[in-house]
Amino acid sequence: SPALAEKLGLGRAALPEEVAAWDHDVRPDGLGLPEGSGDALTGEELFSENCAVCHGEFGEGVGRWPVLAGGFNTLNRADPVKTVGSYWPYASTVWDYVHRSMPFGNAQTLSNDEVYAIVAYILYSNDLIEDDFVLSKDTLAEVQMTNADGFIEDDRDTLELPAFIREPCMENCKESVEITAHATVLDVTPEDSGDPATEVAQAEPEAAPAEAPV
Amino acid sequence: MSETEEKTTSRRAFLGAGLAAGGAVATAGLARAQGAPDPLITEVQPWARELGAGVDATPYGLPIRFEADVVRRNVSWLTADPISSINFTPIHALDGTITPQGCAFERHHSGAIEVSKDDYRLMINGLVDQPLIFTYADLERFPRVTRTYFLECAANTGMEWAGSQLNGSQFTHGMIHNMEYTGVPLRTLLEEAGVKPEGKWIYVEGADASSNGRSIPLEKAMDDCLVAFKANGEALRMEHGYPVRLVVPGWEGNMWVKWLRRVEIGDQPWESREETSKYTDTLEDGTSRKFTWVMDAKSVITAPSPQMPITHGTGPLVITGLAWSGRGPITRVDVTVDGGKTWREARLAAPGQDKALTRFYLDHVWDGSEMLLQSRAMDATGYVQPTKDELRAFRGVNSIYHNNCIQTWWVRTSGEAENVEVS
Repeated sequence: SPALAEKLGLGRAALPEEVAAWDHDVRPDGLGLPEGSGDALTGEELFSENCAVCHGEFGEGVGRWPVLAGGFNTLNRADPVKTVGSYWPYASTVWDYVHRSMPFGNAQTLSNDEVYAIVAYILYSNDLIEDDFVLSKDTLAEVQMTNADGFIEDDRDTLELPAFIREPCMENCKESVEITAHATVLDVTPEDSGDPATEVAQAEPEAAPAEAPV
Repeated sequence: MSETEEKTTSRRAFLGAGLAAGGAVATAGLARAQGAPDPLITEVQPWARELGAGVDATPYGLPIRFEADVVRRNVSWLTADPISSINFTPIHALDGTITPQGCAFERHHSGAIEVSKDDYRLMINGLVDQPLIFTYADLERFPRVTRTYFLECAANTGMEWAGSQLNGSQFTHGMIHNMEYTGVPLRTLLEEAGVKPEGKWIYVEGADASSNGRSIPLEKAMDDCLVAFKANGEALRMEHGYPVRLVVPGWEGNMWVKWLRRVEIGDQPWESREETSKYTDTLEDGTSRKFTWVMDAKSVITAPSPQMPITHGTGPLVITGLAWSGRGPITRVDVTVDGGKTWREARLAAPGQDKALTRFYLDHVWDGSEMLLQSRAMDATGYVQPTKDELRAFRGVNSIYHNNCIQTWWVRTSGEAENVEVS
């Protein structure tokens, strides 16, 4: 990259109002949380109005929309159910994400009090707080998240690289080779109709495909 | 019917859409091969007599209609709706390394938004000497660089962890594109604002409703990240972040924030939704890796493959594919036709470029017998692409992201190919 001896003097100073308008992010230590408060009972009604159409009245999820509650003790099972309660390490992330990006299709319409109340309801639905707990910038960090200690920093360099940095085998690498899995057994690949514009969505696949990765 | 159309039809017939029509075409082709003069040569064709399109017909062109199958495809069951969803680059049908922008995959979390250059603003704030606002025009006045990099979604091949699932390299490996980007080093912009000594991380977010906020260590931001406004010579496509996106070479695609509107400097990571709930990789014991940024060395044979059956019979066969690594240039790709018993070193179309797609070829003579095709990439660090079983031994089958395993295509005597796993 070109190194500049001096600044070019491009751009202009950001005004405090502009920074306040865009800088909403909230960290696990609570930095960025605004004034305001809400409890689960208030949040229940707001959740029903704004969220339940996709996430279900109890955060159980409708159709393929995300499940927000439950799934405890499933992370080491074949089909983990990853929810705010079972998986998310920080309550701050729930506040931050709901405030900035939810409801889907109508983001940034909830007041700070409404976000506190909805987040309180989501936490209550996961048995993480009692129904009389008032969530605010002062109390959010008190919430004990079930999977707070469930994350480790990327350890591929120490764990995997020693195994995978190696001289590859070129001859007589195995005695026999057997096919152990076929994609066509599952048969969930979209058919090529020859005209993608008229492609019809697949009917429900016979075997359930693995969890969507995205 | 032209040769190109015939090939396309035959390929579709192979894929099961119209066996009868495909058979008829194949028969006509055979008759012509038995000594009769080829009417495409002996008879004057319309294009050799009449006039083609004028230079004013197409101010900005699309591919010829015979290539209508070389398009992005989506898989509807993968996501709840098509807005926060993914589609796939038709890598099976492409060659070389540069991905045409018009069919380069998309991944949005709240749709592809339309932001004009006039309406565009970029804010730098947080632990800086002077928070700044840039307009698009400001960005064009900074010293520029041009670099080619791959962007691979962290979830590419993610559906394949538990077994073989989708039948085609477009679907198993098509959450990827490779473009030549022009833009301003992020470092230049950060230095313009003046990062305070306690600044250790940046938080980047987009202008869309999802925001896609991610934390990136300052060292990476100051190293090779670009604030890009051109790709493959022209403005970014709307769906790829027009007018400005972040380029994070070698790192998972989620971090390449589109419609980039803000860069904040802080002293610790933010642990946003996209680096806690998502883009964390659950291991067999239920714990999860976070901050798995680098995309490891990976490759795939794009042809032959399930969408690219062999239709020409025995004899010379071009086996080709793509290799890439987030850790540096690809130095070598090996190919096997027997499921990994013996390997041959493939030919790289050009020396591997740092954190960019590399094209490889193996010039093979096919005897018509079954093949179990695999490719195995090696990068400049000496990392050799592992098998799926080797990855599963470290991670189990629930990590969703970062599946860089060796892919197997079973090519049958008919020339059809299928996504399989082998022992």
